Amino acid sequence: MTAMRWIEYVVFLAIVVALAHPVGLYLARVCQRQRTFIAPLLRPVESLLYRMLGVRAEQEMSPGLYTICFLLFGAGCALVLFLVLMFQRWLPGGPANAYLITPMTTDLAANTAVSFTTTTTWQAYAGEQTLRYLAQVIGLVAQNFLAGAAGLALGFAFIRGLARERSATIGNFWVDLVRSLLYVLLPLTLIGSLILIWQGVPLNMAPYTLAHTLEGHPQTIAQGPVAALEFIKNLGTNGGGFFNANGAHPYANPTPFTNFLGMLAIAVLPASLMITFGHMTGKPRAGWILLTVMLALFMIGLVVCDWAETASPPQLAGLHITGPNMEGKEVRFGAGESVLTAIVTSNTSTGSYNAMHDSFQPMGVLIPLVFMLLGEVVFGGLGAGVYSIVMIALVGVFLGGLMVGRTPDYLGKKIGAGETRWIALYAVLTPMVVLLLSAIAVATNAGLAGLGTNSGPRGFTEILYAYASCMANNGQTMAGLNANSVFYNVSTTIAMLAGRYGLAALALPLAGRFAAQPRLPDTVGTLPSDTPTFGAMVFGTILLVGALCFFPALALGPIVEFFQH
Amino acid sequence: MTHPDEPAEATAQLASRPACSAKLGDQIRPAVLSVLLLTLLTGCAFPLLLTAIGRPLFPRQANGSLLTRAGVVVGSQLIGQEFSLMKYFQSRPSAAGNGYDATSSGGTNFGPNNPKLVNGAADFPGIRQLAEQYRQRNGLAPHTPVPIDAVTRSASGLDPDITPANAALQIPRVARARGVSEEAIRRLVANYTKGPQFGFLGNPRVAVLDLNLALDRFR
Repeated sequence: MTAMRWIEYVVFLAIVVALAHPVGLYLARVCQRQRTFIAPLLRPVESLLYRMLGVRAEQEMSPGLYTICFLLFGAGCALVLFLVLMFQRWLPGGPANAYLITPMTTDLAANTAVSFTTTTTWQAYAGEQTLRYLAQVIGLVAQNFLAGAAGLALGFAFIRGLARERSATIGNFWVDLVRSLLYVLLPLTLIGSLILIWQGVPLNMAPYTLAHTLEGHPQTIAQGPVAALEFIKNLGTNGGGFFNANGAHPYANPTPFTNFLGMLAIAVLPASLMITFGHMTGKPRAGWILLTVMLALFMIGLVVCDWAETASPPQLAGLHITGPNMEGKEVRFGAGESVLTAIVTSNTSTGSYNAMHDSFQPMGVLIPLVFMLLGEVVFGGLGAGVYSIVMIALVGVFLGGLMVGRTPDYLGKKIGAGETRWIALYAVLTPMVVLLLSAIAVATNAGLAGLGTNSGPRGFTEILYAYASCMANNGQTMAGLNANSVFYNVSTTIAMLAGRYGLAALALPLAGRFAAQPRLPDTVGTLPSDTPTFGAMVFGTILLVGALCFFPALALGPIVEFFQH
Repeated sequence: MTHPDEPAEATAQLASRPACSAKLGDQIRPAVLSVLLLTLLTGCAFPLLLTAIGRPLFPRQANGSLLTRAGVVVGSQLIGQEFSLMKYFQSRPSAAGNGYDATSSGGTNFGPNNPKLVNGAADFPGIRQLAEQYRQRNGLAPHTPVPIDAVTRSASGLDPDITPANAALQIPRVARARGVSEEAIRRLVANYTKGPQFGFLGNPRVAVLDLNLALDRFR
């Protein structure tokens, strides 16, 4: 039993690492508009889409124009989703009105619209009690694809910035978007969703089933087109589930295998993008070094969270109860798959939890919270993860440069005063937004009103967790927090917008500055970016910056809770 | 500084390169149409294609893995339900609605140090009370160790499974209530115990509804 879950952890990481190279090279082909093996099937669709959309595929965009297109697309998607949600009562089909007991208020619709178009998929509602089937499909399934593809496009553009020399452009947003959809997300999701149905995930538009249990009681069972959502929610690093219990619901995640597959769907693409990055910048080892840093952080988090959750809960000492902390966990996953899922989803701005993180031990909560606060540097959101880790690596390069007194450079790109300004702004945006909003929430009655389930340090952690999750575009929640109020719907929306568009609007112009530079030849003064020393420096920088920004806040939450009991 | 630090300089160097020709005015049409067309592609065409392939291939699963007995739907193989009669194996406690409400999935969300979780409240039996009830119901001595899944609420509130250890402690009681030998029930439980999937994924488990249906068919 004990050994079994470690085998699962090891197999998981081994598969991610083994797939990183081939998938990374495939993604590079998608990014560079080269032929892929499914091109015979999809090339005609691609051309047709460009014609219909009025995209001139050969035209490239400046970083500014690329950013504007990304913003326009996000705004358009949010508007469409907002309208679908606001007018969902006129959509035909199930479920019956009697079951939809959460009213779709304007603030909830706006929050959800922003949430699903920023890959956050923060859910202030319970799916089976709020949404029509068609709103879930036309609204949410579509945005899971589109927001994920837009994120991947950003990743491509950022990589081009570091890969190119003397270029005023970083690609064409519409081309990146369409190619991400056609060559990556759609085919994989079709296969993945079919596997989910095979394993038991429903795909129907039937009314909620009225069953008569063996003991003769009525049981109404929520149904729906669940399988259409549940794979892309992971692949696009979105994470919002069809049902309230998300990945814990047996219809959404019926077997240990569906869970394992979901975790691979989350981690493989972002991990592979490191290889894409190394390949396209001509320094394959630099990509592997960053991936190694990620894996090291991942394993530390996994070990700590595993230790916290698999131990017999100290709170139950003397009650003669045996086993790991199973409150808020499912038997089929046990503590092992619950821990693995918590680590994977908190790392990748996905948030498709399969256990209730609010019932985790203090140290079990600390780990996912820290991973979100660090800015999703381990694998990270699809596409966005590339600039998450590179930005923090650049901070490390800058600090290293200060120590030896040289103008620092990374992959042959000089980091001058102009570049440093963008990097610094990027580094302070997350702490600013998260800490400021948390402070407002704990200082106001409207914010404290959300604490209906837990109080004290755990209550504070719930609030900090909510904003960390929204800023990281993660979307997971410590669900004890009652977040469907005007206060939380508005304030979490601010965090989600800052986390998606704020960070992207800093990362893309920086990529543009790098693209415009020539590549400097390596000299004796260059700090090589593909050595273990560099990896160690990046690792140290991540922990240093994270600790400086967030240690006081963490001390008030999970850390004090740990020492209190 | 010899390298072009300002974008303006960089752009000047690039004057001869034709690549950068996209203009803002040309992006409005793609912006509007991409939102609409790609929403149709991913929100309508994709689900329809998935339905066209998936439902014929796996009709039982697509409809929710429903179980029927004598023409009546008794539940879903994947969704747990409440059992209170002595002749049935008991599911885990549930926080979904008033217990196993499959229109209201969710857990307690109580933190581990929340006193209500262990000690309970007027309308909420805590882990301490649940352990007492479990021991009484199954005729166990006061300090018998109880498997934790029997006294904690799952994340979904719809957990269809219990651990083999939990099932084992219920065997004598079920055998008594049904007037059959413990050995016979034990064999049945063993038949309905699933190991880790593919040998290494997840936990060993017993699906309660499946097992109880089999009990009713037994002899």
